[in-house]
Amino acid sequence: MSLNEEVELLRRIPLFAKIEASKLKLLAFTSQRLTYKPGDVLFHQGDPGDAAFVIIGGEADVMVDAPGGQLKVAHLKQNDFVGEIAILCDVPRTATVIAATEVTTLRIEKDLFFRLIADFPQIAIEIMRVLAQRLERTTTDLRTLSAKLKS
Amino acid sequence: MDKNLYSFILKYSLRQQVIITVLSLISFVPYYYYLSMPKTIVNQGIEGKNISYPVDVMGLGLLRLDNTDYLLLLCVGFLALVLVQQGFKYAINYFQGVAGERMLRRLRYELYGRILRFPLPTFRRTSQGEIIPMVIAEVEPIGGFIGESFALPIFQGGMLLVIFTFLVIQNPLMALAAVALYPIQFYFVPRMQAKVRALGRERIKNQRRLSDRIGETISGVPELHTHDASNPMLAEFSRRLSISYWIRVEIFQRKFMIKFLNNFIQQLGPFFFYAIGGYLAIRGHMDVGTVVAAVNAHKEMGAPWKELLNHYQTREDVKQKYEQVVSQFEPEGMRPAEDQTAEPSEPVSLCGPIAVSGVVLNDDQDQPILENLSLTLPWPARVAVVGDHGRDEMLQLLGRMIVPARGKILANEHNLADLPETVTGRRLAYVGASSYIFNTTLGNNLFLGLRHRPMQPRTREGAEQSRFERELGEALASGNSPHDPDADWTDYAAAGARGPEDITAAAIVALQTAAFDEDVYQIGMRGTLDPEQKPEIAERVLAARLAFREKLSNGALADLVENWDPARYNSNATVAENLMFGTARNGIYQEDNLARDPHILSVLDAVGLRQRFLEIGYEVAGTMVELFADLPPEHEFFQQFSFISSDDLPDYKDLLLRTKPDALDQLPESDRIRLMSLPFKLVLARHRLGHFNESERDAILRGRKIFAETLPSERRDAIAFFDPDHFTISSSIVDNILFGRVAYGQAQAQEKIGRVMADVVEQMRLREPIIEVGLQFEVGIAGARLTAAQRQKLAVARALVKRPDWLLLSEATATLDPRSHAQVVKAVIEARKDAGLIWSLQRATDCELFDMVVVMEHGRVAQFGPYAELCEKHGRFKQMLAPA
Repeated sequence: MSLNEEVELLRRIPLFAKIEASKLKLLAFTSQRLTYKPGDVLFHQGDPGDAAFVIIGGEADVMVDAPGGQLKVAHLKQNDFVGEIAILCDVPRTATVIAATEVTTLRIEKDLFFRLIADFPQIAIEIMRVLAQRLERTTTDLRTLSAKLKS
Repeated sequence: MDKNLYSFILKYSLRQQVIITVLSLISFVPYYYYLSMPKTIVNQGIEGKNISYPVDVMGLGLLRLDNTDYLLLLCVGFLALVLVQQGFKYAINYFQGVAGERMLRRLRYELYGRILRFPLPTFRRTSQGEIIPMVIAEVEPIGGFIGESFALPIFQGGMLLVIFTFLVIQNPLMALAAVALYPIQFYFVPRMQAKVRALGRERIKNQRRLSDRIGETISGVPELHTHDASNPMLAEFSRRLSISYWIRVEIFQRKFMIKFLNNFIQQLGPFFFYAIGGYLAIRGHMDVGTVVAAVNAHKEMGAPWKELLNHYQTREDVKQKYEQVVSQFEPEGMRPAEDQTAEPSEPVSLCGPIAVSGVVLNDDQDQPILENLSLTLPWPARVAVVGDHGRDEMLQLLGRMIVPARGKILANEHNLADLPETVTGRRLAYVGASSYIFNTTLGNNLFLGLRHRPMQPRTREGAEQSRFERELGEALASGNSPHDPDADWTDYAAAGARGPEDITAAAIVALQTAAFDEDVYQIGMRGTLDPEQKPEIAERVLAARLAFREKLSNGALADLVENWDPARYNSNATVAENLMFGTARNGIYQEDNLARDPHILSVLDAVGLRQRFLEIGYEVAGTMVELFADLPPEHEFFQQFSFISSDDLPDYKDLLLRTKPDALDQLPESDRIRLMSLPFKLVLARHRLGHFNESERDAILRGRKIFAETLPSERRDAIAFFDPDHFTISSSIVDNILFGRVAYGQAQAQEKIGRVMADVVEQMRLREPIIEVGLQFEVGIAGARLTAAQRQKLAVARALVKRPDWLLLSEATATLDPRSHAQVVKAVIEARKDAGLIWSLQRATDCELFDMVVVMEHGRVAQFGPYAELCEKHGRFKQMLAPA
């Protein structure tokens, strides 16, 4: 895939929809496009976080370590992004992400990620939106669980 | 070492001094004739005075010459005398030079040898910056002086005497008048000179401090940067320079004043001659000729007299310098030279208990470090030492690095203080927290402790051997080391090896114990080997290449590496690599030089790509400018991704602005080279800029063939071609096994490849040869190319490999991370099972695996016993174990 095709592909991802072409080109040129085989691990829970990932193709599972083994907490598909918490909050990876099918990702280095957020408020808003959705879902889960525990 | 310069000279160069002096005296004879010949030529040869022609030359009537022939003979005689006279001069100068240089060599060797024997505490007071100029620069004039130390005064004094005698014969009164002022000069000038010399010494001392300061600046430069401390350093340096300046100014004042006085006194002679002699001549007491003769004679005597005075002054100067240097090199407590040179008559083993009794050690200020220390360690024993200060000093004492002020240390019933270094340096090994790593290969550093004396002489042949013998003879004549530095010095038996063939195996054991083997293996993987010297290993690397490809060809790993295939374009390699199908071995085919290289350009022409390269270069430059123009110049992307450095980017921007894509041909040569250099760096799979379509890639493949075929013969060594059946010279071992490029965009490719690579290396039994390659790695100044942890591990391995009777580690693994530290502690304890080990540690928790624990407190042994026992008892150790 040539750089220009990749730029077209990135433009279809909502996160990057409003970024001008030259910036997307720099993003595509400087970010690694990585292919994972099914079962490969994008990153492990507890690793230091140095990059975020955008899923360009394929699907992946998000797992957390639980007392009884690993617990699947989310499923990722095309255009989702993952791994931003560790670089935003400077904490170790909060979950393990495993490729479910063959997965193609765009790996965005921490430095570039912050540049993008600083340069493009729409990216920041998009990320906030996704984070808020996740928080909302987690809160709902928590509420259900607490209710279950009480009864 | 002789305190007096003259006894040093006589002791070691008496013979040369006699030869030089005798030569000087003999040279008077031709000199005399040389001086008188012109008179004979003028009087007899030309003017024909006091002679009748034909002349009977030998007085035997055999050779009768007329006037012109005789003149010719006299002139030839003159020429011959010039030759003889200059021949003597040449010989004298040569012998003087050689004698001086030999003595200088002896002196420097002796001083360096003394540095090697200085007691350790000396180095806390004396810095490198002071010692180095003494050995190198300050003794230099001594060498020059030694050659002429006897000959010059004798020769010049003789000359003076001859002229003086001549004068006395002419007119005793005038002769006396000519030298009347000499005693005054002889008395006053040296006295005035003394002050100048004192200033000179002051200046030298100041210069030592200057060089010391520069040395310190270089060592501490990171600290100066991080604290912005360059201005005080500059100010301080400026002050030192100022001191030097003012000393020099004073020297100038005095020196030139002396010169002034000297010349003045010298001219007082003629003044008296003219005044008194003239007066007497007018009165008729003396004839004018005598006055003129006296003035001339006085002039003649000027030169030797000046030489003598100079010599006298240099002598005082050099003598003082010599005494000063020598006194600096005689610190208290220095051991004799035999301590390091004399082989012990019978082997001494220190495999036995250690008994320390009543040992006292004080620091520089006479404050006690160890107070009345007594301790007995059994044999074999692995002992941990913990506690407060005095631990390192105790280990240094046990390693005979230092000697106690009072008290005795016995190891296997030998008093350590009495043992020479030839025993302690082999049977004991001390490793401190910052062991020095020498600027040589890893292997030379590792085997340092096995090299005490030449074990296996190096065989030389023909001219090389005679050259070596000459050098050795000269070394002996200067009292230098008789040993051949190129011999094999390695004591293989000391490492438990039979010879060069299995020393690596012994080294690996030590490396493993110090947890350093993996590092050396990785270093070796990045190193290379010469297939001509090690054909068998190169063969195995090729087998590993095949096995590696085999393993990668199946399933999940298939896409990880794109192999070098002569018939295919490798889209994970640069265009340059694809075109040349090899790696540059020197500058000729370096990427940046390709665009202007006639051979490369001819290849591009042959496949019709030259114009295309220019176009692609233009497009690539455009993309780079578009992508990177907005980034700040220091941004790391420039280094990581850009083909164009941030410095050059504006130039390219200009270039693009003034260029039209359809007029690239009209660009000046330098701009075309600029643009054309870019496509060579493209890696198609990674950069994905959409250049080089299939037919262009095919053209490059054609160019690949033409490149190899037309490679000029004188450039054969400039490139190493990729050949599936041959080891690629000057490529690393890992690249040789990989034989391709890691594919772009495959997740965790490095880790997966690393695992397969390790398997293959194991399978081909390549680990040992690769470690051997790793041992050839040059570690840089003070081991700067290794990490701090690697340097410590190397130091521990270096001590382990010589298998000392007692191994003394003083926080020798302090910079290791906790996991590696624990691993090394465990491995070393295991390795020293039936031997002696004393390890000074920081944490009490590390002591668990040791047989015994010594707890130090205020320079005494507070507790001593097995770990479990000390854990039970109330005391210092239990406190140390408790969490803070």
